[in-house]
Amino acid sequence: MNITKTVDAKGFACPMPIVKTKKAIDTIQSGEVLEVLVTDKGALNDFAAWAKTGGHTILEQKEEADVLTFYIQKA
Amino acid sequence: MTVKKITAAQVARKVIEHKELFILDVRNNDAFEDWKIEGHNFEYLNIPYFELLDGVEDILEKIPTDKEVLVVCAKEGSSLMVAEMLSDAGLDVSYLEGGMKSWSMYLEPIKVGDLTNGGELYQFVRLGKGCLSYMAISEGEAAIIDAVRFTDVFTNFAKEKGVEIKHVFDTHLHADHISGGREIAAQTGAAYYLPPKDAEEVVFEYKPLTDGLTITLGSSNIEVGALYSPGHTIGSTSFVIDSKYLLTGDILFIDSIGRPDLAGLAEDWVGDLRDTLYSRYRELAESLIVLPAHFMVIEELNEDGTVAKHLGELFAENHGLNIEDEAEFRKTVTDNLPPQPNAYQQIRQVNMGKMTPDHEELIEMEIGPNRCAVR
Repeated sequence: MNITKTVDAKGFACPMPIVKTKKAIDTIQSGEVLEVLVTDKGALNDFAAWAKTGGHTILEQKEEADVLTFYIQKA
Repeated sequence: MTVKKITAAQVARKVIEHKELFILDVRNNDAFEDWKIEGHNFEYLNIPYFELLDGVEDILEKIPTDKEVLVVCAKEGSSLMVAEMLSDAGLDVSYLEGGMKSWSMYLEPIKVGDLTNGGELYQFVRLGKGCLSYMAISEGEAAIIDAVRFTDVFTNFAKEKGVEIKHVFDTHLHADHISGGREIAAQTGAAYYLPPKDAEEVVFEYKPLTDGLTITLGSSNIEVGALYSPGHTIGSTSFVIDSKYLLTGDILFIDSIGRPDLAGLAEDWVGDLRDTLYSRYRELAESLIVLPAHFMVIEELNEDGTVAKHLGELFAENHGLNIEDEAEFRKTVTDNLPPQPNAYQQIRQVNMGKMTPDHEELIEMEIGPNRCAVR
């Protein structure tokens, strides 16, 4: 997977992870992949719903040592 | 325009006083559909905060200007952001301090009535979760039944009233919320009682709560008597207080009855539930005032915010008490049950003392409605 950009939102509470991700995704091209790191557990459902709304695809998500990582492909 | 902060306690007063409120819930749609702040005269608009990042212009016309507007989210952050955006757009709005997390935790103590010789009975209404806890007090002594986990609410209340907590009971091993009973007992030196049939796997000491057990409060000897009433769980036990109140736990609610499946044995326990509702309770005085451990819908609240009704009225009006045919009853309480409460298996483990999650994990487990009933 080719990661174009990474957003580190670790330690931030809602709504900052999505706010930062939204800003970052606005700067990349359609089809490119954004990597997002978050620690706020509430992000899990919100990211899925947000991606769906914008038509973006979550290619993969994983949880390691309390850090959630999303790989989001821009619509 | 200014953004005001509103506390869960203030929202609770609006619910109890039938006030109007327009709630803009900015959580995602699934979370809103699953669980929201219920009020008799509340209106709702659900737009997830992440759809508003580019601005609130599109929703301005949907927000009334002649009504109090409260923005709500899971924890607070997103509601504050959206409230500030609306404020910048010229609206006068508030946000809920601590979000749904604090709404889930808030308890409102309401007096249910007087006991013989100056005693009092209080119901602690947890509006966000639909849990009801009780404290009976008489001449310096108190008994607590089905306490939720916010132990300081009970211990502080007892202090205010100048009473010593002597007895702490759980009517059954709860599956929808974490009990505060054991901790209150540990803090105050009170005895903690659990029905032994529900407590086979617990890893702590407790006193057995068995049929016929009676304790007295104060020198007036207000009686708190236990009545074995299985069905929701095999150990479920009710209480009769001062020959006037019937605390039914999760067996009988105002407009619904208990579900027998949360410990995994619906088929086995449906017969017990039937016996309790159609035989054991039928032998009691219809003048008893039923005080359940939950409410499901806001319509079950009385004018003063309490959840209480005469047993006789429930025999006449509660659908679950009026299913003549046993097979149909069996079907009603085992088929088409609502979804189970969030994390109910973990919550049972916590209440058995087998798991000790941290504070944040406890909050996560208790998210959502209680879902202990069948209608």
